[in-house]
Amino acid sequence: MKKVVITGIGIYSCIGKNLDEVSESLFNGKSGIILDPVRKEYGYRSGLTGFVEKPILKNVLDRRARIMLPEQGEYAYLATVEALNKAGIDEGYINENEIGILYGNDSSGKAVIEANDIIRQKKDTMLVGSGAVFQTMNSTVTMNLATIFKLRGINFTISAACASGSHSIGLGYHFIKTGLQDCIICGGAQEINHLSMGAFDALSAFSIHESEPKKASRPFDRDRDGLIPSGGAATVIMESLESAQKRGATILGEVLGYGFSSNGGHISNPTVDGPSRSLCKALKDSGLRASDIDYINAHATSTPIGDSSEAKAIHDVFGMYKPLVSSTKSMTGHECWMAGASEIVYSLLMMQNSFVAPNINFENPDEDSAKLNIAKNTIAKNIDVFLSNSFGFGGTNSTLIIRKFL
Amino acid sequence: MGKEEIIERIHSILIEEFEVEQDKISPDANLKETLGVDSLDYIDLVVIIESNFAFKVKPEEFAQIATLQDFYEYVISKIQSKNLV
Repeated sequence: MKKVVITGIGIYSCIGKNLDEVSESLFNGKSGIILDPVRKEYGYRSGLTGFVEKPILKNVLDRRARIMLPEQGEYAYLATVEALNKAGIDEGYINENEIGILYGNDSSGKAVIEANDIIRQKKDTMLVGSGAVFQTMNSTVTMNLATIFKLRGINFTISAACASGSHSIGLGYHFIKTGLQDCIICGGAQEINHLSMGAFDALSAFSIHESEPKKASRPFDRDRDGLIPSGGAATVIMESLESAQKRGATILGEVLGYGFSSNGGHISNPTVDGPSRSLCKALKDSGLRASDIDYINAHATSTPIGDSSEAKAIHDVFGMYKPLVSSTKSMTGHECWMAGASEIVYSLLMMQNSFVAPNINFENPDEDSAKLNIAKNTIAKNIDVFLSNSFGFGGTNSTLIIRKFL
Repeated sequence: MGKEEIIERIHSILIEEFEVEQDKISPDANLKETLGVDSLDYIDLVVIIESNFAFKVKPEEFAQIATLQDFYEYVISKIQSKNLV
């Protein structure tokens, strides 16, 4: 089995459009949440959302590439450019080596709705233009990025709800560990427009703490009232240790463990057992003990039941060791399909800069979160090993463990 | 809309929407080879013709269009026949 390392990361999110901006936001506990009047007008129960600036790609990508890219594809493109640069992988290297892509994405709602609006109005499918089909498919991100970067390795999309990004890294880890690929672009992308999240808002899952948007996302806090949808994209370049060392690449971390499970129950109600099994499986895969984990980047989205279940699962597995825990969703909101990848990027930035980002708005614990060691404020801390959880609808769970490369 | 205006409009569509370089535009330019218009671009030409000249193109009619001159003539004839009806 091969060792699997991370040699590049890139991010485009509501707390920064690149690694430097995001690192500063994490350190300062900066929120990226706003109140969007368009959502209220459209019929949303909650107008809260993460805000991400639309990228300007004219003169960056040619017309053909641009018209095929949906919103989340634009974010993914920029995150991937940053990650490849960070990894020191250029066009020449891609041409000579088989590089793959496994990326998380689970909707392209805006593209689907806009294309069908045109068809309904014009009564002619051709008038949607040539880009629509490539924007509307769930695999839009991988098909577009594989074309733009001319990738020749493994190429497919992982759709696993809010665990998509995490599973993409887990699968990348296995493809490399078993020697099937040497280098894979992994990550997650999430659209952030009002057309894509209405059906989620319908479940009353979103916070309605609209009077103070930056205080609305409060994972683990006693007074949390729901999640806040958000988005962007995060890319993680995964590579075999041999490949990274042969290139002389800087190694940002080593992926030691991937755990996964399915709750085997309700489509949206969480359990304690499912996440616990995922955590245990990741620990077993890593060969580490619970006491070796310095920091847990929790899935905690700020929903009453979800956060309690995760707190119970973390307490069950880590109990007396009490590693530091924070949910970066307190700042970013819930980046859904992207979250499992972005939270690896956030945690790697913390590891590189020796701090634990705060779980902002954590003012009062509830019965379950009181048992955890939650970072209320930024804490200076050397992180050798971190663990990141991601859970999604349908009961899909994913856990990743990453160690500083020594 | 006069012939000159139609030709001007086609040029501006090719430059602005299709990012064709201005110096490549001439009546004898081949749409596929010189201007780099591929099979997917023809779909977008249908969309742009509909929104700029208010008529729908049948894809099979594109088979007869090789050069930019053919394209001018095709659009002009469609607009003229529409105006006569």
